[in-house]
Amino acid sequence: MISFFPASRALVPPRSRVSVGVSRFFRRIGWEHLPTVFAAVLIIALIVIAVTVPWWAPYDPVAIVGRRLQAPSWQHWLGTDALGRDVMVRTLYGTRYSLPIVAAVLLAAVVIGVFVGAVAGFLGGFVDNALMRVADVTLAFPPVLLAMAIAASLGPGLVNTALALIIVWWPIYARLMRAQVMSVNKLDHVDAAIVGGVRPARLLLKHIMPLCWSPIFVNATMDVGQVILVAAGLSFIGLSAQPPTPEWGQMISEGASNFYFWWIAFGPGMAIFLVSLSANFLGDALRDFIDPHSGHAA
Amino acid sequence: MKVIVRRVLVMPFLLLGIVTATFILAQFTKGNPLVSIIGARALNNPEIVAAAKARWGLDRSVPERYVIYLWNLAHGDLGTSFRTKQPVLTDLAQRLPPTLELVICAMIVGTLGGIGLAVVSAEFRNTAADHIARFVALVGSCFPVFWLGLIALFLFSVQTKLLPGAGRLDIRAVAPPQVTGFLLIDTLLARNWSGFVDAFRHLILPSLVLGWSVMGIVARMVRASLLDVLSQDYITMARAKGAGRLRVLLHHALANALIPALTILGFTFAYLITGSVLVETIFSWPGVGSYAVEAARGLDYPAIAGVTILGGLGFLLANLLTDLAYVVVDPRMRAPG
Repeated sequence: MISFFPASRALVPPRSRVSVGVSRFFRRIGWEHLPTVFAAVLIIALIVIAVTVPWWAPYDPVAIVGRRLQAPSWQHWLGTDALGRDVMVRTLYGTRYSLPIVAAVLLAAVVIGVFVGAVAGFLGGFVDNALMRVADVTLAFPPVLLAMAIAASLGPGLVNTALALIIVWWPIYARLMRAQVMSVNKLDHVDAAIVGGVRPARLLLKHIMPLCWSPIFVNATMDVGQVILVAAGLSFIGLSAQPPTPEWGQMISEGASNFYFWWIAFGPGMAIFLVSLSANFLGDALRDFIDPHSGHAA
Repeated sequence: MKVIVRRVLVMPFLLLGIVTATFILAQFTKGNPLVSIIGARALNNPEIVAAAKARWGLDRSVPERYVIYLWNLAHGDLGTSFRTKQPVLTDLAQRLPPTLELVICAMIVGTLGGIGLAVVSAEFRNTAADHIARFVALVGSCFPVFWLGLIALFLFSVQTKLLPGAGRLDIRAVAPPQVTGFLLIDTLLARNWSGFVDAFRHLILPSLVLGWSVMGIVARMVRASLLDVLSQDYITMARAKGAGRLRVLLHHALANALIPALTILGFTFAYLITGSVLVETIFSWPGVGSYAVEAARGLDYPAIAGVTILGGLGFLLANLLTDLAYVVVDPRMRAPG
């Protein structure tokens, strides 16, 4: 990775100055990391907000705090919505719905997908065929339609949306993991371990799986953006969180029905955009870090 | 070639899987479909309930229903919508052309825009132009389309009145006689020029919004593959022979770079379906997407199942087309074995 300021890096011994300003910080690590740092700071900030917001938010997210449909002002930074609730506070509270959903969906999808993929890739044969056909059928649906069908049949709600998204997302990880396991399985050290008498379970867990994680991590980071977009989309069309929950997609749909008052949808829309953008930046950075060769070419 | 034959052979099984999965999902439906069929009031009247159950086949056992469902599907009967009381197939046939028109326009916007951005960023690699082009592409795929649609309507239709708002035609306009269902073609067939312009102007915003959302993925793939191609020997050769920068880029490199990027055809389709559901809702577009949303809100399960099956079928076809496109474009794929 080439720094924009190779000379300054070489001339100044790292300890000789105490770096304070932002530009000094970036001069040291290289300006090309600006998006990564931005993304990391933003995500950490959102997590902190999600945990602490009830302690310092000036208003209650579902309480009516003033005249309805007020434009942004010092008192209500992002204005008030059709019922007179503070949009800024509701947006901040939205982190408490969107972030856990993304985390839960990806965690479950990765766990299920990795388990299924590893078993399928390792055992091969009939088990592999059966498991992968199930994955194929799931992947044969356009994700949103399947999620809609599931959400509609389970009934609207946040938990059911999460379930629907898990069902939609696990096959992607199953396929990734299966491919990884199959390619690692061909390596010499695996043969050596087999000759050494390692039992299958241990072989898979200790000799094969540790080499399989990196694409899973990169993919999961990138998928944060996709999951948040689809989850918000489902709640926008009314299949997820119900009013008065301050969930971002739900808030945008309230903005859509009060079309002329742009600020109602601005906060949640921007929040979704920023999370998804950050996820992309972090995913790119993670891929560059794990596999420097693919980095700037891809 | 073998791969494709196998894909085609697998398709019926995948379809059966899709249908079965949809059927299984329908069995989990929590909301009582009778409520939307006969209304909550009539639920207390056992006679009406029994009659409705018999009428809609809800009194049969699950395996029986599955066999009947498959039998009907094989005859092109997707069931009857609880809400519109019309055959789902009729509903879908009505709703498909608007969606196709929108999705095709968005695909043109998305692929051309994405390729354009990719060419700029590959030619000026690691310069400001590259960063800007990549950022523009990325922003499109990170924006929630439903919010982008709202912003676009607000800015271009409400504030500046440059473009018309929601819908496919002006409310006062008379729709042309339906031939293909594509308004752009139907208005031309009817020699209705003002209608054509009107339909076109209504298409601009939704297809730009939807197209921008897939630009990112197109640009990313094409850029990577362009950079790969640009580093090959024959490009150096072309340059050495004195071909201009633009000619090397567009004539020599781009055609080859687009081959690996063909996967985008199948890929973007999934994104476009996702997007069209949301964009159609925003723009009151009378397509399959908004039909799906209405169905999902009204627990109209036959309709949802119909849309899901149609989407699955479309997805399969898109992937098949991608494979075929490879064979057409890349002679190496035609080699036997």
